[in-house]
Parts: sequence; C-alpha cells; structure tokens
Amino acid sequence: MTPTTSLDTGRNRYWFVFGGVLLLVAMIVGTMIGPAGPTWWRIPLEFLNRLPFIRIDSGVSEQDWNIVWLIRTPRVVLAAIVGSMLSISGASYQGVFRNPLVDPYLLGVAAGAGLGATLVFAFQRGATENWIVDPLPLAAFVGALVAVLVTYVVGTAFGTTQSTTTLILAGVAVTSLATSIQAFILQRNTDVVRQVYSWILGRLSSATWGDVRLVLPYVLLSTGVLFMHRRLLDVLRVGDDEASALGINVRRVRLIVVLAATLGTSAVVAVSGLIGFVGIIVPHAVRLLAGASYRKVLPLSVLLGAAFLVFADIPSRVLANPAETPIGVVTAFFGAPFFLYLLRTRNTST
Amino acid sequence: MTALGFCDVQVSYNGIEAVQSFNDLLHSGEWLCLIGPNGAGKSSVLRAAAGLVPYSGSIAIDQKEIPATSARWRAQHIAYVPQSPLIPLDMNVFDYVLLGRNPYVGHFSWESKHDKEVVGDVLDRLDLATFARRSLGTLSGGEVQRLVIARALAQEAPVLLLDEPTSALDIGHQQQALELVDKLRREQGLTVVSAMHDLTLAGMYADRLVLMHQGARVAEGSAKEVLQPNILSEFYGVSARVHHEDDGTVVVIPQRISTR
Repeated sequence: MTPTTSLDTGRNRYWFVFGGVLLLVAMIVGTMIGPAGPTWWRIPLEFLNRLPFIRIDSGVSEQDWNIVWLIRTPRVVLAAIVGSMLSISGASYQGVFRNPLVDPYLLGVAAGAGLGATLVFAFQRGATENWIVDPLPLAAFVGALVAVLVTYVVGTAFGTTQSTTTLILAGVAVTSLATSIQAFILQRNTDVVRQVYSWILGRLSSATWGDVRLVLPYVLLSTGVLFMHRRLLDVLRVGDDEASALGINVRRVRLIVVLAATLGTSAVVAVSGLIGFVGIIVPHAVRLLAGASYRKVLPLSVLLGAAFLVFADIPSRVLANPAETPIGVVTAFFGAPFFLYLLRTRNTST
Repeated sequence: MTALGFCDVQVSYNGIEAVQSFNDLLHSGEWLCLIGPNGAGKSSVLRAAAGLVPYSGSIAIDQKEIPATSARWRAQHIAYVPQSPLIPLDMNVFDYVLLGRNPYVGHFSWESKHDKEVVGDVLDRLDLATFARRSLGTLSGGEVQRLVIARALAQEAPVLLLDEPTSALDIGHQQQALELVDKLRREQGLTVVSAMHDLTLAGMYADRLVLMHQGARVAEGSAKEVLQPNILSEFYGVSARVHHEDDGTVVVIPQRISTR
C-alpha cells in the first residue's frame, strides 16, 4: 500500500512544538537576566500578577517593573522579531536563488543600509536629535531598499537566461559601490567611525516599544507573503526550467519573494543594525534538523531564529557588563561552533 | 484525431535562428522522435512546446492553441522531461512526484487528497512505491530516470516531451525506460515527442522519425525511410552501415574509418 501522506507529518509537529517551547523559554529567560533590576525569580511572578484576574505579591517595586517592562521586554521582543525576520529572509533567498551560501544581505541590503546610516552619522548626528522622526532608521531603511532596487533593475535588464547569476553579480557590484562611498565619507569624517562601526555590528540595546511598533507592520507583511510562497519555493528546488514546465511563473515568484524578504530585512536592519550570521545559520540548522522542505523550513526558521537571537542577546548584555557586547559578535561567536557541531553530527548520520 | 500540432514554429536565440518554420501534426497516441546532430534544433522544438523558450508561430493541443500567458494550462496538457533534470538530493520520492501536481494546485493552497492519491497510484504503477520515503540522493541513475517520468505522469497531461531520456543510462536501463514510455502511451494514449541520439533505439520505438539539420526538417518517415547511409552521411557526417533485421528493426552501425 502506497502511503498517501507527505513526508513525516508526525515528526513535523514535534519540531514545531520544540521550536515554540524553545522560543517561550528564551523570552522568559531573556526578561529575567540583566545588569540592573529586580531579583530574577520575581519577574515571572510579576508578569503573572499583571495578567487580569491574577493577584500575586511578587515584591517588585514600580521602578524595577519599569526596568523590566520598558527596557528589557521590548529588547527581548525586538530580538525575537529581528531574529525571525533575518532567518525567514535568509531561507527564502536561499530558496529562490537555489544557493545555500546566500544570506538576506546579498542584494545590497547591508551596504545600502550601512551607507544610509553613515550619511546620518556624518551629517552631525547631534543636530538631528530633536527631529520628530529619527532619521537613522529611516535612512538605513531607504538605503537598503534603494540598493536592492538598483540591483534588481540592473540585474534583470541585462540578464536573460542566466538571470540569477546576473542578479547576484549585480548585487556584488552595488554592494562594492555603496561600500566605497561609505568608506569615502568615513575617511572625511573620522570622528564618527566608532559610532558607525558599532551600528554595523548590530545592537538591540536601545530597543524601545517604539522600535517594535515601527518594524512590526513590515515584518508581518513580509512574513505573510513569504509564508504563502513556501509550497512554490519547494517547486523551485527542481530548477527554473522544470518549475516553469510545471506551470510556475518563475520570474514573478522570484521577484515577489525577493521584494518581500528585502522589505522585512530592511525594516529590521533599520532598527537593529547589521546582525550577521543569523540568516545563514538558522535556516541551515533547521534543514539539518527537520529536513529541507520549505513548508517546514520557513515556519521553523521563524521560531528558531527568534529563539536564537533572544538567547544570543543575553550574553551580549552581561558579558562585558556594564558595557554592551555587540550582538553580531555574540551570534557569530556562539553560532559558528554550534553550527559546526550540527554539520558534523548530522552529516555523518545521514 | 490531432493531439499536437506545430504550425510555423520558429525559435531564435539572440537573432540566431535555431528552428526554422517547424510544422507537424501528431495524432493521439503517436510517438514522434526528433533526430539530428548536436545543435540541429531538436531540443529547441521541445523547449518551445514546453514553454521554456519564446517562439513565433503556434502550437496547439487538441486543436486548441496554447495560450502564451498561462503556464498552468500548458503544464496541465504538456509534461516535459528535460535532458538532465535537476535532482534535489534531500527531497523524498513522494514529495518529488507530488511536484507534478503543481499545475492543479492553486498558487497559495495545498495539494488535495486527490493529488496525493494520484501520486500514490503513479508510484504503484511504476514500482516505486517501496521508495516513497527514500530521499533522491539514495537512488541510482535508473531509478531517478523512472522517478522523473513518474513526476511527468503525475501531471496527467496528454502530451509527453522527452529530451534525451536515455542518454545517461546503461543499455539495460535505456531499454527499461523506453519500454515504460511505450507501455504508458499504449495504455493511456499518451502522445510522445522525444529527441534522441541513439538512432537504432529511436527507430525501434518511434512511429515516425523527423531528421533535423541546422534548424530545418530535412527528412521524415519510418526508420527504414530515414535511416539510410547516404542521408546519415550527409547530415551527421558519419560513415555508417545500416542493417535491416528480419523483424523490421533498423540497426545503425558506425564504421571505423582508419585502418586497423
């Protein structure tokens, strides 16, 4: 009797539960640890106390609660959002380009955002403090989108059959161009090098609920669109030609996926800077653990990517206390050995 | 009844003409084999029919012209097996064949129970059921070839295009694959167009051969009519003997030119 079910439906659920529990644990632990604030075990009690119909005397003062609710919690939530967005974008990019080494910064997002941010820093950051809209995330967001747009227009104008190669090369060219302009500006404004460098390494330290509100609409839209394409990403795994012969408009699917992933990535980069490694390591870890079908890879990347960045953010606040260790440093430092371990154990067993 | 019709189909790449005005009419259940030297335009004819290259002229199925814009409609009517399919090694057999149901699944919806039943049925018919949960990376070349044909069958399209279906297989698996296609077209009335390099096999399985050269049709007919030493010498530049078996099989044997 031929099975009429798709691959391991049962084991799927197991992984989703695992991812969900991991994220929940990460977020709870994330709110409990920090350089200042109330004793760690009181914090979950106070959260329960704040729920309707529940009264628990946690002994947390109003001032301590403010530290937890206004500083720590938005930081944890933002880490989860950024981690999930970078992971799902990375997975989607890898899908449409059929290239495992691709990350969400591929088509110029990083360089564009970096250039935008550098311009703001060089243009007297102090003078913009009283502006109604903080120009830093806006400039980074616009810079990222413009860079990818230029890449896409240039890449598809010349590419006919080999369109993904042309597109990736166009991304490389746009990245170099933006980086060189950024270097030129830094050369002439050496006083802001430190600020720019710390922005590039990524940071969640100044996260506020305002940041969360700022990125959430873009992230939800982008994630929703990418989720809708996860079956089509599986069809694309057999290549452009065969996917076309199976009735898919490959160019249109690729354009939509790239645009959606870029929109979400640009939004999170605008508030958190460039956090490397997440967009590559998380999708691959998911593939090694649960299989390569995008039906599983995308939702699991969201859960595990969020959990990963929330966990990575914890050492970044306490490691060099009272200073902040840039989160990009932590993700690579802890992520790389873990990933090597996964590669080694999984590849030998399959 | 005409199952597949080519009317003045032309294909060119960057201004270079690959296929000049290709015309043909295939009746339902017919197997047409395109032969010809490398670069003759065989693959281009198939790729045009599969919607992978732009073409002028028209291609019709059951006298209905293929709409240029609907990839889905085309995929419901034409299944295409490429020369060297891209095999995602970590995909499993069932999921791979399930891709063949894509033309029937809405863009943002999921395969129905019926789609999965069709796949299960195809796997049963091709003796692949025991492989259903294996990943493609663990299969042999012959099994993979059968699997790609299985995916094409899951499309339930009346027309099957095969581009060099056997070039990567050993002689035993070549026979198996071609026998399979032959059986399927007899059982289900599939109309088959294939491009092949092995002239003996081509003549053995196809109802009709079309010899192409530099984008043009230069000879057409049964194996006996097309596979003649002078024709082969003219268009392939090959020195070959042609041997006729008692059962009608035409065997093409290349000759050694240098002296031993």
